[in-house]
Amino acid sequence: MSKEIFRLEDIGFKVNNQQILENISLTVHKGDIVTVTGPSGGGKSTLLKLMGSLISPTSGKIYYKEKEVSTYEPTEYRKQVSYFFQNAVLFDQTVRQNLSFPADIREENFDEVRAKEGLETVQLPSTYLDKPVKDLSGGEKQRVALIRNLMYPPEVLLMDEVTSSLDKENREIILSFIRRLNEEEQVTILWITHNQEEINASNEIITLVDGKMEGVTHGK
Amino acid sequence: MENSLEISNFSLVLSTLLLFIAIFVDYKEQLGLGKDILIAGVRVVIQLFIIGYVLGFVFQVDNNLLTLVMVLFIVFNASYNAHKTSEGIPNSFKVSAISISVGTAIALVILIFSRAIDWTPSQIVPITGMIAANAMTTIGVVVYRSLTTQFNDRRQQVQEKLALGANPKQASQSILRDSIQTGMSPSIERTKTVGLVSLPGMMSGLMFAGVDPTQAIRYQIVVMFMLISVTAISSFIASYMVYRSFYNEQMQLMI
Repeated sequence: MSKEIFRLEDIGFKVNNQQILENISLTVHKGDIVTVTGPSGGGKSTLLKLMGSLISPTSGKIYYKEKEVSTYEPTEYRKQVSYFFQNAVLFDQTVRQNLSFPADIREENFDEVRAKEGLETVQLPSTYLDKPVKDLSGGEKQRVALIRNLMYPPEVLLMDEVTSSLDKENREIILSFIRRLNEEEQVTILWITHNQEEINASNEIITLVDGKMEGVTHGK
Repeated sequence: MENSLEISNFSLVLSTLLLFIAIFVDYKEQLGLGKDILIAGVRVVIQLFIIGYVLGFVFQVDNNLLTLVMVLFIVFNASYNAHKTSEGIPNSFKVSAISISVGTAIALVILIFSRAIDWTPSQIVPITGMIAANAMTTIGVVVYRSLTTQFNDRRQQVQEKLALGANPKQASQSILRDSIQTGMSPSIERTKTVGLVSLPGMMSGLMFAGVDPTQAIRYQIVVMFMLISVTAISSFIASYMVYRSFYNEQMQLMI
């Protein structure tokens, strides 16, 4: 079995006296594809945001590569563990400004070649680089946002119903790209999805109901 | 016609007619503002009489230390008022005090150095009042409110930037830019229309006192430059001091 990358020990998350997550314990190995599923309001997004360090658990501990998440420099951690939003927002004016953001925050030069290749892998023409963000369709925005998260490949990609609002064609483009990332670059994937094809691609399925883990199914 | 610069007690009492017009409107339309109008009227009389005698004393004594105390008193009051409008911004008194003091100090130094004004209480005190009042409105009403609104409105955008590995400063950059811009633009807009729409206080006052309009406008020009600079300085300092408080030590957005 491959190396452990995440270990969640008895995680709880409470906000305004409301228990959103309770007693979540979980281990994820490098290169895994893990599906998180369950009814809405069950705490799926919260779980992924906790793992992405966008919020912190109110009880329990999360270990990443055997070190507690809170001990990492948050910016370094999030560069390795990348959270991808359900309806990603593109900022500023152009696609270029979005794709160069990861380089800007690292104070590095923008790799234009890589950005164009990225656009092509999600089947967008490389000329889109200078396209105004407002001219993009929903599916195109989501694909640009995905490339933005992958300009510097993370070790873990946390995806919150990334394809749920997309049509079949857009969904397939993103899905095949993610699978290739997983196979070729061993990127660990955790995604929230109700899509059967995506569920079939995963090797572990976690069901969350009312903030509790109802079960873990081993797939693939 | 004679240019009289004195208002007798009798004229002052008669001018309360103006307040009674407002009270009449309030009564007629059932606005419920009657009590406020009365309080405002009484307060303005008491406050201004006190400040009139205090300033008369300060001008007459013409003592450096006393002038400085007046400057600090004005800055303190402005900071306290900005802090009161800050709605939950932590350390808002400290932030307000620093941004208003720095803005006021820089503007005063440049004005005195360029000999636009003299270090004499009758010039320093009113100018400080103008500067501090503008800095107060800028940071209290504009900067604090704009930061709070924008962090709420652009919550996801900020979180996406954090998720990409940005630090709070990088994630807040566009919000900071907008809030400084929002803080500065009223003084820029006001400057553009000066003389066309409004004849602002400084020059009006001088003309009232019989100063030649071609001289009065010189003071007004300096005042307009001063206000643009002060709103820039205070919005800049306040925005940069405050944005970090929207994040916790784990660099998570707390909204």
